[in-house]
Amino acid sequence: MDDTATPAGGTRWTGNKWVGRPMSRLEDAALLTGRGRYTGDIDVPGTLEAVFVRSTVASGEILGIDTTAALDRPGVQAVVTATDLAATPGLTALLEREGFVTTTMPLLATDGVRYAGEPVAVVLASDRARAEDGAESVVVEIAEKPAVISIDQVREGGAGAVHEEAPDNILLDSTLFSDDLDSVLESSHLVVTKRVDTGRVVALPMEGRSAHAHWDGDRLTLHTSTQVPHMVRSAVAEQMGLMENQVRVVAPDVGGGFGQKCVVAREEVIVAVLARMLDRPVRWVEDRGENIVASFAGHEQVHEMTAGFTAEGVLTALSTDVWCDVGAYSAYPFTCAVEPLMAAGELPGPYRVPRYAARGVAVTTNKSPTAPYRGVSRPQITLAVERLLDEAAARLGIDRAEIRRRNLIRPEDFPYTGANLVTYDAGTYGESLEMCLAELGYDRWPERQERARAEGRLLGLGFVCFSERTGYGTPVFAGRGMAVTPGFDTAVVAMDPTGGVTVTTGVSAHGQGHATTFAQIVADRLGVEPSQVRVIEGDTDAVPFGWGTFGSRSIVIGGSAAHRAAGRLAEKLARLAAHRLEAAPADIVLENGSAHVRGTPARSVSLAAIAHDAHIAVQHLPEDEEPGLEARDSYDPPGTFSNATHGAIVEIDPGTGGVSIERYVVVEDCGVVINPLIVDGQVHGGVAQGIACALYEGLDFDEEGQCRTATLMDYLMPTAMEIPDFELHHLETPSEHSSTGAKGMGEGGTIGAPACVVSAVADAVAHLGIPVDRIPVTPQYLALAIGAATDNPDPGEQT
Amino acid sequence: MRTDSETLNVEFTVNGEARRVSIPPRRTLADVLREDLGLTGTHLGCEHGVCGACTVIVDGEPVRACLMFGVQAAGCEIETVEGLALPDGSLNDLQRSFSEHHGLQCGFCTPGMLMLGTAYVRRAVAADRESVREVVSSNLCRCTGYQGIVDAVCELVCHPDGTGAGEDPAGDS
Repeated sequence: MDDTATPAGGTRWTGNKWVGRPMSRLEDAALLTGRGRYTGDIDVPGTLEAVFVRSTVASGEILGIDTTAALDRPGVQAVVTATDLAATPGLTALLEREGFVTTTMPLLATDGVRYAGEPVAVVLASDRARAEDGAESVVVEIAEKPAVISIDQVREGGAGAVHEEAPDNILLDSTLFSDDLDSVLESSHLVVTKRVDTGRVVALPMEGRSAHAHWDGDRLTLHTSTQVPHMVRSAVAEQMGLMENQVRVVAPDVGGGFGQKCVVAREEVIVAVLARMLDRPVRWVEDRGENIVASFAGHEQVHEMTAGFTAEGVLTALSTDVWCDVGAYSAYPFTCAVEPLMAAGELPGPYRVPRYAARGVAVTTNKSPTAPYRGVSRPQITLAVERLLDEAAARLGIDRAEIRRRNLIRPEDFPYTGANLVTYDAGTYGESLEMCLAELGYDRWPERQERARAEGRLLGLGFVCFSERTGYGTPVFAGRGMAVTPGFDTAVVAMDPTGGVTVTTGVSAHGQGHATTFAQIVADRLGVEPSQVRVIEGDTDAVPFGWGTFGSRSIVIGGSAAHRAAGRLAEKLARLAAHRLEAAPADIVLENGSAHVRGTPARSVSLAAIAHDAHIAVQHLPEDEEPGLEARDSYDPPGTFSNATHGAIVEIDPGTGGVSIERYVVVEDCGVVINPLIVDGQVHGGVAQGIACALYEGLDFDEEGQCRTATLMDYLMPTAMEIPDFELHHLETPSEHSSTGAKGMGEGGTIGAPACVVSAVADAVAHLGIPVDRIPVTPQYLALAIGAATDNPDPGEQT
Repeated sequence: MRTDSETLNVEFTVNGEARRVSIPPRRTLADVLREDLGLTGTHLGCEHGVCGACTVIVDGEPVRACLMFGVQAAGCEIETVEGLALPDGSLNDLQRSFSEHHGLQCGFCTPGMLMLGTAYVRRAVAADRESVREVVSSNLCRCTGYQGIVDAVCELVCHPDGTGAGEDPAGDS
């Protein structure tokens, strides 16, 4: 309780009893017994079910919508089209940046359709099946236009415009770092140019999106499966012309998000608008087909890099052009610039790049829009840079580990400011690499691989290093030029008259276990048990204004805010206890639900007794103390860098091209670990999602812009048979930019895994000359390439 | 032609309790449980039989409730996640193991995983980790990377050294 007013980097509290423990989660019991309450479980009598009629073509002009037959179907109450929503302005994500083209996403398609799956009309009926019957009967006449479906097509020119405002289909073209690298590259020993392509993927939370809205005459209650309740409140209020105090947004239990739910969906706004328009509760529950085809996707990029190296493999310069296929619309509030700006801004990652030039481009196409999917461009930049280093090492005849050692940020460099003007706080870049290599048995690898090859087996070992900026604060978003800067967060910690503690916070968990980790943090500050601490999130009527959960921000920002607020409350408890015990506040220790005088445990008073007096018998308080026990604090850091090295050993079946992962090792450093069980779980899930991007998942579109992977039979999310057991190791460099010393770590697994798996796959087929610069690396690609290389000893002509 | 308002009366037991519902023939068992009986612990993740979030136990076998019509359950004994806890409300061994091994994060796939695991654990005596992985691969989870789930099920059926002891209880039966 000595550092509440101290800025980040000040003294940290000591004597953790709960922080650091692998506590089972306090939220588990409800979820394990069927008592979880997700948006689709909310049942208000009289609720109408909404089903969207979606465009069956990727691009075209709407000639007419005939709702007559639908309205005749039993149970159908209403069919709504864009005409009925003319009063809503549509969602516009703003960025004040040269080269950015502002576009608007109408709530329903109006002039035309821009992707197959775009909502065109809504059918409302007494139950879901009847609403679906009605949706099938809506006739939408569309004059189809040729679809724009790829970055390369846009770059070639001549494609039609997805948005009139952007005739060239470029929504952002921004040179973030300008540098004339020609002379540096000319004098470099080696220049590597490389193109890396990454596939379009979808976050696929097990609970799709859903919303339930209820209008009670002058106030709206919207339950929605979101990561960002206050952002939704702002958007809904704006679209409906309401004050925000007329809108209550609740994120109840949320079945995963991974970024897909950190933007505002047009469907959740429509449900709110219709609840008022029809004066009936309205519910929409997305089906899996909609979630794959019509929701937010991400990660589809082309990286074109040129890098110079000395003969020793030291990077001299790096230039990159990053092209991102952002799809048909710019999502509110992050804008479609989030991927290119992140990629171009942070591409150097954990490496020292003395000269750097970077351009980020957002290309709009007739595909579903994108949102910041877990990792947000860092899986792609890690893949790009690691492929570059592997190629440079091979061409220079330098060991893959050695070239990384020579380029990683060194311990003496911290705080390190790169050519990308990003300042890195301390981490364990070299140490994590060495530990990972030792775990993998890297020094013995060549012999093992040689033996395997002699037996006709294709074994590969890969490893990658990366940094993960977490806890992005206001300055980062402001620096990008975003009109909405979701940086700070706030927590209120209150003790009730019985000594029970309630934490309300603006972050909003959807699987991350905040009810446990925040309780651990606060319990240590107040000297109580975590089971006495109740954490409330996700209800805009109950929690302070905050930005929700995304970008690995919750423990850094929300956790620090809770830590600081709890510290303020602890100070007050100490003052009140000191008054009762006739001691100095500085001598009061809060422990085991009591306050006692340091060194004299017998001189103690229970916190419950203090809490009782602070509310019920305030005449016992010191004269200058206010009634009640409640403290509030906010936090807004510059961001803090976690880091990790991932390593994997894979085997490729030469006949089928299938890749199996024999070992997967993670050595990660996320600073102070609040709950090891939860941190490990985040790594496991993140790596699995990264493996999915590397080997299995990819949205596939035909030339007309039709998604060919619209079911889980075609879009291959890996099962427990494809995902290996993970070996995790932790290093701990406490953050200077969070009150607890914790760094964020929700995305690291997904950031490192694609590059790591690709590095191992590439190693397995390196002797066959097969390039692996594109994900997902499919069995088809590998089987054909291996077959061709085996039949034809000259590996020059691979497809 | 049948009208969509036609309903059929169906009787079955859910978690040991006799239930009678009047339902349209096209309503799936998952929707009957959720909408007609208010048992929202059974979740719908894909509605095409792949993800397994809706897994319930019907006459002892794990079943995708999204692929079975409610009327097909006539006369069946159905078990759902709401029936797993011990009579005093405390968690059973599998539920407790899921919590101890962090086999759940967002909790959405969890009821299906628990029902799948329950049917398996009942007949698995001494399985190995690979068999458990194969069983868990019936269902999808996006949060955990499966490790905590496999650990949780293994805790109940695997020999402490991680190997099986003879028969493979994961085999079809």
